Amino acid sequence: MSDERRVLDAQGIDRALTRIAHEIVERNKGLAGLVLIGIRSRGVHLADRLRRKLAEIDGTSVPMGIIDITLYRDDLSRSHQQPEVKGTTIDFSIDDRRVILVDDVLFTGRTVRAALDALMDLGRPLSVQLCVLVDRGHRELPIRADYVGKNLPTSRDQEVQVRVSESDGVDEVVLVQRGG
Amino acid sequence: MRFSQRHLLGLEELDREEILFLLDTAASFREISEREIKKVPALRGKTVVAAFFEPSTRTRISFEIAAKRLSADFVSLSGTVSSAAKGETLLDTARNLAAMQPDVLVLRHPSAGTPHLLAKHLQCAVVNAGDGCHEHPTQALLDLLTIRERKGRFEGLVVAIVGDILHSRVARSNLFALRTLGAEVRLAGPRTLLPSECAPWAFTTPHLEEAVQGADVVMLLRLQRERQVGNFFPSLEEYSRYYCLEEGHLKLAKPDVMVMHPGPLNRGIEISSAVADGPYSVILDQVANGVAVRMAVLYLLGTGGRRVEAVPTKTQMTAIQRSGRRATR
Repeated sequence: MSDERRVLDAQGIDRALTRIAHEIVERNKGLAGLVLIGIRSRGVHLADRLRRKLAEIDGTSVPMGIIDITLYRDDLSRSHQQPEVKGTTIDFSIDDRRVILVDDVLFTGRTVRAALDALMDLGRPLSVQLCVLVDRGHRELPIRADYVGKNLPTSRDQEVQVRVSESDGVDEVVLVQRGG
Repeated sequence: MRFSQRHLLGLEELDREEILFLLDTAASFREISEREIKKVPALRGKTVVAAFFEPSTRTRISFEIAAKRLSADFVSLSGTVSSAAKGETLLDTARNLAAMQPDVLVLRHPSAGTPHLLAKHLQCAVVNAGDGCHEHPTQALLDLLTIRERKGRFEGLVVAIVGDILHSRVARSNLFALRTLGAEVRLAGPRTLLPSECAPWAFTTPHLEEAVQGADVVMLLRLQRERQVGNFFPSLEEYSRYYCLEEGHLKLAKPDVMVMHPGPLNRGIEISSAVADGPYSVILDQVANGVAVRMAVLYLLGTGGRRVEAVPTKTQMTAIQRSGRRATR
């Protein structure tokens, strides 16, 4: 049996995103040249929420895109089942833009590595900043986040699940202890 | 959804979910061909071998572009210059190719069932790129993708397939898949080129007008002049008089009818230039979708744990690590 512990509820997630939105505006001195890119699948919903919060703060709408990193994974030839490809949808140029890459959990850093490679194939952004809801540690690559919703110390046999109402019907972050 | 097929030999043996999954995957690959850098690393280090024992330009090039956009290495050989000309048997040629460890073999062969035979004997994934008069699955998949883009569905669509049904692997693959997906299929052509075996699957008629009446899609087949050795019809002129699709025929079809052709076109024989270059023609969309479909097929068959025995078990892994540690000491 595995047991679950909730570490962030809907309000907690909302507060974290609000704080991150303010940090983004502060660090970039406004929203000029900024674009949000969500990593499939949870990162897309979080990026969309950030986009709305940024619009509330600054009154401008930031372009948003979706990136699918499946084809850039470093374990494609090792996994038994090929992961499903859902596609990248970015209908603007990222050349000379400040890209905010959004994902739900930062763990080994391999997803972000893949996302950076995928981005570079699409253009040459001015800069890329990383935003995650949860940083759970255990990095295997030299990657760090610029905006973190919550730092969550974990052990390797734990699993962090981010659930968002758009796809999971509920807003929460839970820490799952895998049994055995 | 898990796509658990090891090979793509035909569409007859695929179920609805598998076909739709292939189309969804292909649709998400289309965007890559519109980028400035048209390449993703998904099949880096993988080798795709194309063995074509029949002349083909567009299918081979479409597979080659697809493989290269996925970063795979692509090697092709054609039957006339290969060892087949020196008398080597097909199976020996295939075993020799397999010994060079390709990951995917794309095969076109004049005999039906050849890809099925090779799939039984080889470790790598086999993609049928046309076997005799049997199947041509990737062509049908790109036709289906083009139809779905325009119509958004398959259920209840009326699809007329016109021409030499007897010799057409494109017609067979499309017939199987369209029936699986719930479309109504009509087949039209000279009686000598309309196999009676198709009757339980589709409405068959020797009259072009009857097939086109109220159709959502008119799919023309290339008149394969190289296969007309049995005097199936009196002359090309007579064939074109009865079966060449003209603008007038399209007035019988649905107002939003789409006209498809797998190419190469025989203008004035099965399709008039006015139709081929007209507003209902989607022929070039089909070609663009061909690359996306072949990328999807190569991706799905070329990645993942195809050769299960190549993945070490946990105990083997521990043994490997132990010996590695010993070696470094």
